[in-house]
Amino acid sequence: MPYLGSEDAVKELKKALCNPHIQADRLRYRNVIQRVIRMSKLDQWGQAEVLNFLLRYQPRSEEELFDILNLLDSYLKSSSTGVVMGATKLFLILAKKFPHVQIDVLVRIKGPLLAACSSDSRELSFAALCQVRQILHSLPGHFSNHYKKFFCSYSEPHYIKLQKVEVLCELVNDENVQQVLEELRGYCTDVSADFAQAAIFAIGSIAKTYTDQCVQILTELLGLRQEHITTVVVQTFRDLVWLCPQCTEAVCQALPGCEENIQDSEGKQALIWLLGVHGEKIPNAPYVLEDFVENVKSETFPAVKMELLTALMRLFLSRPAECQDMLGRLLYYCIEEEKDMAVRDRGLFYYRLLLVGIDEVKQILCSPKSDPSLRLLEDQAERPVNSWALDFNTLAPVYGKAHWAVISKCQKAERHDSELPTNASFAISGHLVPEENKKVQEPPESEALMLVPNLQLSAEYFEKTWLSLKVAHQQVFPWQGEVQPDTLQMALKVVNIQTIAMSRPGAQPWKAYLSAQDDTGCQFLTELLLEPENSEMQISVKQSEARTETLPGFISVLETVIGTIGDIKS
Amino acid sequence: MISQFFILSSKGDPLIYKDFRGDSGGRDVAELFYRKLTGLPGDESPVVMHHDDRHFIHIRHSGLYLVATTSENVSPFSLLELLSRLATLLGDYCGSLNEETISRNVALVYELLDEVLDYGYVQTTSTEILRNFIQTEAVVSKPFSLFDLSSVGLFGAETQQNKVAPSSAASRPVLSSRSDQTQKNEVFLDVVERLSVLIASNGSLLKVDVQGEIRLKSFLPSGSEMRIGLTEEFCVGKSELRGYGPGIRVDEVSFHSSVNLDEFESHRILRLQPPQGELTVMRYQLSDDLSSPLPFRLFPSVQWDRGSGRLQIYLKLRCDLPPKSQALNIRLHLPLPRGVVSLSQELSSPDQKAELGEGALHWDLPRVQGGSQLSGLFQMDVPGLQGPPNHGPSASAAPLGLGPASLSFELPRHTCSGLQVRFLRVSFSPSGNANPHKWVRHLSHSDAYVIRI
Repeated sequence: MPYLGSEDAVKELKKALCNPHIQADRLRYRNVIQRVIRMSKLDQWGQAEVLNFLLRYQPRSEEELFDILNLLDSYLKSSSTGVVMGATKLFLILAKKFPHVQIDVLVRIKGPLLAACSSDSRELSFAALCQVRQILHSLPGHFSNHYKKFFCSYSEPHYIKLQKVEVLCELVNDENVQQVLEELRGYCTDVSADFAQAAIFAIGSIAKTYTDQCVQILTELLGLRQEHITTVVVQTFRDLVWLCPQCTEAVCQALPGCEENIQDSEGKQALIWLLGVHGEKIPNAPYVLEDFVENVKSETFPAVKMELLTALMRLFLSRPAECQDMLGRLLYYCIEEEKDMAVRDRGLFYYRLLLVGIDEVKQILCSPKSDPSLRLLEDQAERPVNSWALDFNTLAPVYGKAHWAVISKCQKAERHDSELPTNASFAISGHLVPEENKKVQEPPESEALMLVPNLQLSAEYFEKTWLSLKVAHQQVFPWQGEVQPDTLQMALKVVNIQTIAMSRPGAQPWKAYLSAQDDTGCQFLTELLLEPENSEMQISVKQSEARTETLPGFISVLETVIGTIGDIKS
Repeated sequence: MISQFFILSSKGDPLIYKDFRGDSGGRDVAELFYRKLTGLPGDESPVVMHHDDRHFIHIRHSGLYLVATTSENVSPFSLLELLSRLATLLGDYCGSLNEETISRNVALVYELLDEVLDYGYVQTTSTEILRNFIQTEAVVSKPFSLFDLSSVGLFGAETQQNKVAPSSAASRPVLSSRSDQTQKNEVFLDVVERLSVLIASNGSLLKVDVQGEIRLKSFLPSGSEMRIGLTEEFCVGKSELRGYGPGIRVDEVSFHSSVNLDEFESHRILRLQPPQGELTVMRYQLSDDLSSPLPFRLFPSVQWDRGSGRLQIYLKLRCDLPPKSQALNIRLHLPLPRGVVSLSQELSSPDQKAELGEGALHWDLPRVQGGSQLSGLFQMDVPGLQGPPNHGPSASAAPLGLGPASLSFELPRHTCSGLQVRFLRVSFSPSGNANPHKWVRHLSHSDAYVIRI
């Protein structure tokens, strides 16, 4: 327990929070509040710890709630960012039924949070920026007036600049859109190609709401004829045209000329797609595609070739005279000379489709050219504060949603394993991670347990021995769903456990009999039983010689195998 | 609540390693961290990394990496503050924080870590309480003496030891030896401001931001009470008005928890009983409304010839400080387009220097007096120079790659916000010596002063 300043405070806190009936005990509540919350004698670390503990407390009435909030009010102004954030989180959690209180708190900590974003400690500023992004999910207009604080500075490390650009995207509104776009446009010509591309993608996402200005800026950027800029602009155009069909005209006018500057796979695919789908509006579309067709033999990316096939087919439907000849040449090349099978298959498919008739071709290839409804799906509606309040002031926003999801999945799998009944040493099962390891792991060497491979026990011998022995060990295992006998049998074979008999999959109850023998000749006979409607598998082990020291080793091997199989399924 | 703590040098050599809970890995975790750090893809942040059920959080301080690992979902703010506080504490005890001092004081560092963290929980980081427990003495490179005047000029009585302290004065260990009582009556108070400015290519001011701190480094015995008086016309927030003039205004202020603010409202006086060591008394921010003019304005004019690739840049730097002030160690960093072949320069005064390095032009001016103007003409050949297409007669549009100019400088004895410390008085001292040496310093320096071309 950290040094919380007084023994009494610690005792009361411990008692209060361990007691499930604290709600019923008025006296205890008063003690908690009066002794513990008078934290001014504690230093900042103690305060942060106590604020963390208090998260578990549930006030019973509104009065109590506002009582606590009033007492803790001054911690929102503390000079330590950790304490301010801890107090904010407590407010957000306690006041979950009062959204206006939550919003009020978020307004009050705007100042400290912005100060942390401009702190001279890079790391603190990064953590604060991630927190700002989380808040913007619920209150997009919250920081709009302070957009200047999020302008990137030349000397900042890359990861901070990326976060700032994301924040700028999210706080755009009618008043600041002009300045924000100006600023982002400046970043697009930055020396660092990565950062420039990130800025262009950011302009792309703002373009979903402020289409005209953004398209204008992107068109200007095309005029610079820089490879890394052009490819990203074309990709952005492709995405934009799909979501905002009103800008198709402007995009089509901007496109001619940029094919000279694109060398990478993504950019080429985007350009070709645009030419195919909107080719009738672009005068020189067939000639650009002809260039690609001429060079298809030296084209290294199969994805580009596939896109080229589709685009040319589409363009052929709208401008047949110009495309017929090169379509023929392309199909010939793809079917006869192309080595990549996916491309060849597509070529064959289109050829056969053409043979069937032009109407069928139109039916298949004329897909909708845009889907504005997708924009509404993508637009994250303002999420209520309660959806992320628990993650506030933790490591989750710092990692970002995607990365955190991966981490928590790994952690959950490991914790699940460690909850299994521990009879033998469980250090081994900590390494089981289902997503990464689909095959069974080698059984670790348990002390002095070596199972003899290729054991051949006959069924009658097994039955006789089984009936004559007493159960040495019984255990249950959590289990879900059906058993796959083949997988289990193979897995057991790897660890040298022989399967004498196994029920069919789906049999109820499901049973299996296993046997193994260690190098001293001691035999382990095992029965696995899965009752219908049971989420547990029962394991009974009988030993031919009473040797308790080898039994745990065998049990642990068995559990490893069954645990792995179980996790793969669930 | 942390599992392990270690310090790595800038090359990744482990200097200190301490395991608090024994629940995750061994010493090899330090190499693992360094490998992961150097192998991280460019757009992922290194501040918090995850490996094998452990989170690694680190800060960089003076080139060293201070890393903590934890397996719980802790608050990043608290942990980062803890690491910063540990860095300050180690600096206090060893004099300054760098590779040499740490390697010389390994035993002291481990003792400190033992006392500060127990089983991964923070016990205390207050220098006062720790003083009672730490027995080891710090090892310094050479004993400090106030009579060491080698770096101080000798003209006039003003520059004698009374008025000027060598710059290394503040970097000796605070709590060096218990028995040494003679050097214990000094207080250093710094008002340090960081200035961030962004000026657009047409000269308009896009953003100005001042972050200020008042830092105290006290060698006095604890229990001394002191009073710091700030400028009386100092206003907080947009609506406050004090005095008769525009006053000195800041947007937000925050104080250390131990500062007594009873007299702040009325007379702008802060009272506190500081512990020994470093302490940030007050932090403040100011944006967008600077009362004094910006210290530097740059007037660039760029001419370039597309055909021959000849680029000529004429930079005029004007210093708008009051005539008595000066700026020191000014460096202008101007990224250049790729492929610059040669550079010829004409500078307006002999002590300036300009050179090409890492794709950028560095123009160094050691000292600029307020109100003066300096210029430099740079000509270079850039074959293959590219730029925006010519829309009309805009021959002075900047070529691509001619990046924003960033200035770095120091302004001694000057604060951009105008805030000054009027007095620093020690009103009570337990050792009875109520007349210690007080050093008050105002300093501004640039954080990110960017001027777009």
